[in-house]
Amino acid sequence: MAEQILTRLIRPNKVVLAEKNILPILWGGVLFFSALVMILGSDLKLLFEFPESLQVPIAGFLDWIMFGFVDLFKWFFRFISRVLEWPMRAVQGFLEWLPWLTFASLATFIAWQGGGGRTGILTLALLLYIVIVGYWYEGINTLSLVIICIPLAVLLGFSLGVWGHKSPKANVAIQTTLDFMQTIPAFAYLIPILLLFGFGPVVGLIASVIFATPPMVRNTILGLNRVPPEIRESGTMSGCTPRQRFWWVEVPTAFPQMLIGVNQTTMAALGMVIIAAIIGGFEDIGWEVLGRLRKAQFGQSILAGMVIVCLAIILDRITLSYAKRQLPTESHTGLRLKQFMIGFIGIAAISYILAIFIEPLRIWPKALEFYPADAMNTLVFNIIANFGDFLETSKNQMQYFVLLPVKLGFTRSIFPITWGFALTPTIIGIYWFIIFMGAAIALYFRHWQIAVAIPLIASILYFGITGISWVVYLAVLPLLAFSLGGSRVTLFVAGSLIFLMVSGIWVPALVSIYLCSVAVAICIVLGGLMGIWASTSERVSAIIRPINDTLQTLPQFVLLIPAVMFFRVGDFTALLAIIAYAIVPMIRYTEQGLRTVSPTAIEAGITSGCTPAQIFWQIKLKLALPQILVGINQTTLFGLNMLVIAALVGTTGLGQQIYLALSKVDAGGGIVAGLGMALIAMSADRMMRAYISRRSN
Amino acid sequence: MPSASSVKLSCKSLWKVYGKNPEQYFTGEVGSFNVEEKFQQLTENDSIIACGDVQFNIPTGSIFIIMGLSGSGKSTVLRCLSRLVEPSFGKVELDGLDLLNQSPKDMIEIRRHKMGMVFQNFGLLPHLNVLENVAFPLKAQGISKNERSARANEMIDLVGLEGRENSYPHQLSGGQQQRVGIARSLAAEPEVWFLDEPFSALDPLIRTQMQDEFMRLQKQLNKTIVFVTHDFHEALRLADTICIMKDGQVVQIGTPSEIVLAPADDYVKKFTSEVPLWKIIEAQSIMEPPDGKDVDRPSVKPDTLLEEAMRLFDGKTEEVQIVNESGECHGILTPASIIRALYRDEKKVG
Ligand SMILES: Nc1ncnc2c1ncn2[C@@H]1O[C@H](COP(=O)(O)OP(=O)(O)OP(=O)(O)O)[C@@H](O)[C@H]1O
Ligand SMILES: [Mg+2]
Repeated sequence: MAEQILTRLIRPNKVVLAEKNILPILWGGVLFFSALVMILGSDLKLLFEFPESLQVPIAGFLDWIMFGFVDLFKWFFRFISRVLEWPMRAVQGFLEWLPWLTFASLATFIAWQGGGGRTGILTLALLLYIVIVGYWYEGINTLSLVIICIPLAVLLGFSLGVWGHKSPKANVAIQTTLDFMQTIPAFAYLIPILLLFGFGPVVGLIASVIFATPPMVRNTILGLNRVPPEIRESGTMSGCTPRQRFWWVEVPTAFPQMLIGVNQTTMAALGMVIIAAIIGGFEDIGWEVLGRLRKAQFGQSILAGMVIVCLAIILDRITLSYAKRQLPTESHTGLRLKQFMIGFIGIAAISYILAIFIEPLRIWPKALEFYPADAMNTLVFNIIANFGDFLETSKNQMQYFVLLPVKLGFTRSIFPITWGFALTPTIIGIYWFIIFMGAAIALYFRHWQIAVAIPLIASILYFGITGISWVVYLAVLPLLAFSLGGSRVTLFVAGSLIFLMVSGIWVPALVSIYLCSVAVAICIVLGGLMGIWASTSERVSAIIRPINDTLQTLPQFVLLIPAVMFFRVGDFTALLAIIAYAIVPMIRYTEQGLRTVSPTAIEAGITSGCTPAQIFWQIKLKLALPQILVGINQTTLFGLNMLVIAALVGTTGLGQQIYLALSKVDAGGGIVAGLGMALIAMSADRMMRAYISRRSN
Repeated sequence: MPSASSVKLSCKSLWKVYGKNPEQYFTGEVGSFNVEEKFQQLTENDSIIACGDVQFNIPTGSIFIIMGLSGSGKSTVLRCLSRLVEPSFGKVELDGLDLLNQSPKDMIEIRRHKMGMVFQNFGLLPHLNVLENVAFPLKAQGISKNERSARANEMIDLVGLEGRENSYPHQLSGGQQQRVGIARSLAAEPEVWFLDEPFSALDPLIRTQMQDEFMRLQKQLNKTIVFVTHDFHEALRLADTICIMKDGQVVQIGTPSEIVLAPADDYVKKFTSEVPLWKIIEAQSIMEPPDGKDVDRPSVKPDTLLEEAMRLFDGKTEEVQIVNESGECHGILTPASIIRALYRDEKKVG
C-alpha cells in the first residue's frame, strides 16, 4: 500500500492525451506570433488600443432595456418598497426609542442563552463601548436595518433552498444565479435596484436582502442534501406523510447547517447595509467612517470603525453560538423556551423602568462620552511622523520595483532615479539573452511548460500588463485556458475577453487585472509560507487562526481604514487592503492541505530514505497541492471582490468604473463594468477549477 | 417451527434496475419474458441490476434472513418490500394485498400499522431524545402526547433502556442507539419487521448480546421478520430460512441446515466452509433408517443439533435413536453417520 503510494508519487501516471503533443507546438506558434506583434507592430496604435469601430454600445443598449423595464414595472417595485418601508421605519423608530439599557440587556440575555456567560459578557462589553463612545444612534441605525434584513433574507433563502433541493432543474438555475451573484460586485447591482425601487434607506434594505440571501440558500440546500438517507427512510417507515417527513425529519436534521447559513447571511447583511448606507450617504456608522477617513480624521474614523467591528463580532458570536448549540458537543443548553420568554419579558420590564427613572440609562449624556479622537489623531500622526520615512520608503520600493513594472513594464518604469540605471540597448539585450537561455535550458530538459512560462513572465515584466497588445491577449489567454481546462473553458475565456474589449472597458479591466494579480501573487507567496509555518507549529496555528477568523468576519470596508491611514489613497493602499482580505483562504487551505496529508505516505517516504526536504517537496506539497490550488482559486475570487471595495479609496480600474456609474446612476455602465468583473472572476475560477479537477483525475 | 400454512409476505419476479430509463425494458406480465435474455439485454445496456428476478414466500411469524456479500442487492430487496425503493418490475404481496398497486396514501397507512424497520446506522433523529424518537411513529399517526409517551415507555422498558428516556442519541453507545431503533420500529406494533444489518455497526461482543435480545423479543412478539445481514454466523443463529444473494440474484433459499449440507454452488460453499457443522446440522437430516431393534438407548428429538446428540455417545452407547413427540422412532444416529456428515463436507470444500 505504502509503496504504491510512493511509486505513484515519484512516477506519476503519464496521461497520454493527443493534445499533449499539439500543445507545445501551439504555444510555440502563439509565442512567435506574439513576439511578431509586439516587435513589428509596436508603432501601430491599432494593436494597442482596441479600435473604437469594433466596439458595441452594450452599455447604452442595457440602459435602453433597463429603462424600458423600469418604465413597465416601476409601479410594482415601488409598491414593494412602499410596503417594506413601513415596517422598516417602525422597527427603526422603535429601536431608536428603546432605551439603550433595555436593548443592551436584552441582547446580552439572548447572547447568554445562545453561548453562555462568555458570549453574554462579550456582547455587553462591546455594546457598552458603542454607548460610551457616543455612536449609539448611528450604530442602532445600522443594526436595525440588519435586524429587519435577517428574517427576510432567511425566509427567502430558505424557500429558495427548499425549492432547489426538491427540483434538480431549479437547483441548476439557482446555483448558476448564485455563482453570478457571488462574482458580480454588489455595487453593480445596486444600480438597477436603485432604478427599480427608488432611493432612500429602504433600497439599502432591499439590496441587503438580495445580497444576504445566497448563503442561506446554499446552506439550506447543503443541509437538506446532506440529511443521511437512513434518517429520511426512517421517517418514511415511521409512517410520515411527505409533509410530516419534511418538517419533522429533514428540516430538523438540516437545522445546524441552516443556522450556519443564518450566521453567514447576517454577516453579509451587515456588510451590505454598511455599503448601501455609504452610497446613499445615510446617517449611519459606515458613512461616518468613510467621511472621517476622507477628511483624514483618523482618530474619529478608528473609533467609528471600531463600532462596526463591535457590531460584526456581536452578530457573529450570537448567531454562531446558536448554530453551535445544535451540535452535540456543546454543553451550554440555556433555558427552556418558556423560561426564556419569562426572563426576556422580565428583563425588558426592569431595564425599561430603570431607564425611565435614571436618564443616563436611557440616553447616554454627551458629557459622559468618552471620545478620545483627538488624542488618537495625535498618536497616529506621531506614528506617521516617526515611521514616516520607513512607511514612505517601503511604499515607494513596492511602487517602483513591483507595481510599476507589472503595470507599465520595464520599458516604461526603469529610470536612473529609481532603479539607478537606464534601460540601455545593452541591458535589454542581456535581459532577453538570459530569458532565452533559461527557456532553452528548460527545453533541453524537456520541461516545455517552463520553457513557455519563462518568456511569458519576462514579457509581462518587460512590456507591463497594460502595455501588451490586445491581439496578444486574444491569442495567449484562450490557449492558456485550453491547456488548463479544455474547450468549454476556452470558449468561456475567449467570450469574456471579447466582451471586455467590445464593450469598451478593456483598459480599466487590464488595470483591475494588474492590481489583482499582484495582490494574488503576494498572497500566494506570503499566505503559502504562513500556511506552511502554521502547519508545522501548533502555536503559530493557534495565533493565526483567530486573526483569520476576524479578517473574514469584518465587513471588508473596515480593512480600508488602517491602509488609508498609513499610506493615503492609491494603488499601494488598495493593494494592502486586498491582501489583508484575500490572503486568508491561501493560509487556511495551505495549512489544512499540509495537515491532512496521510501519515502513511510520509512514513513510506521516510522508510524509503527520503531526506526531509524530499519529503516536503515530493510528498507533502504534492499531496497537498489540490487543496492549495483551491486556496489560490478562493484567494483570486476574494481579491477581485475586495478590489471593488478598494475603489472607495481611489483606485482606477473596473471598481472605479462601477463606483462612477453609481454616482451618475448610469445603469448600463455599471452593469457592464460589474459584468466585466464577474467575467474576469469566473474565467479565472473556471480555468483553475478545470485544472484542479483534471489534476485529481 | 411456524407452520408453512399462511404466507405473510411474498414477492415474485422482483426487479430493480438502475440506469437510463430502466422501465422501458419491462412491459409485459410477470413471467412473460425470458429471465436470462433480460439479464443479458440489461447488462449490454450498462444498467445496474440491483436485484433481478427475486422471488420468495415468507410464512407468518418466521425469520427470513437475506444474506450475501456487499453490493449483492440485499438492501435493495428489503427496500422493495416496503416500497422505500420503487421496484422496476414484479409483484410484492402482503397478506395477499398487492403492495405495488397501493396509492401513496395507502402505503403510508400500511407503513404506519403493519411495518417497522431497523437501520444499520440506526437512523435516529438527532434532535429528539430517546422517548421522542421511540414515540415518533405514533406522533406521525396523530396519537395524543400522553398516549404515545405511555406506549413509548413500554417499548423502552422492553428493550431495557429505562432511565435513559431523556438522553439524546449522541449521548448513547452504539448498542444503546440500536435498542432505541428497535424500540421505535416496534412502537406501532407492526406485523412485519424489517431489519437491515441491524447489528453490523456494533462490535462483536455487543453484537452477540443484541442477537440474544433479538431472539428473546421474537419469542415474545412473534413477528414476521425480514432480516438482512452479511454475517453468515448471524444468519445461522437467527434464521428460520436463509436466502443467499449474489449480484442481485437469489442463489439459494433454504433452512440453515439445508444450506450447510447442500450448498447450491461454490459461492454458498465459501460461506459454509468455516461453519462448525455440528452446530447447524440437525439429527434428522443425517439419520439412518430405523433398525427396528427394541433396546434401551438414548433418544433425541428430530431437530436436536449434532452438537448435543454427540454428547450422548459415552463409550457404551453405539446408537442414538431419533424419536418424535408422539414417541415413534424415526431413525437412528451412529458415530459413523456423524463422522461421514462432518467429514464429507470438509473434503468437498477442501
Ligand atoms: N441509487 C442507486 N443508484 C445506482 N445504483 C445503486 C443504487 N442503489 C444501489 N445501487 C447498486 O445496487 C447494487 C446493490 O446495492 P445494495 O445496497 O442493495 O447492496 P447490499 O447487498 O445491501 O450491500 P451492503 O452490504 O454494502 O449494504 C449495488 O451494486 C449498488 O451499487
Ligand atoms: Mg445494504
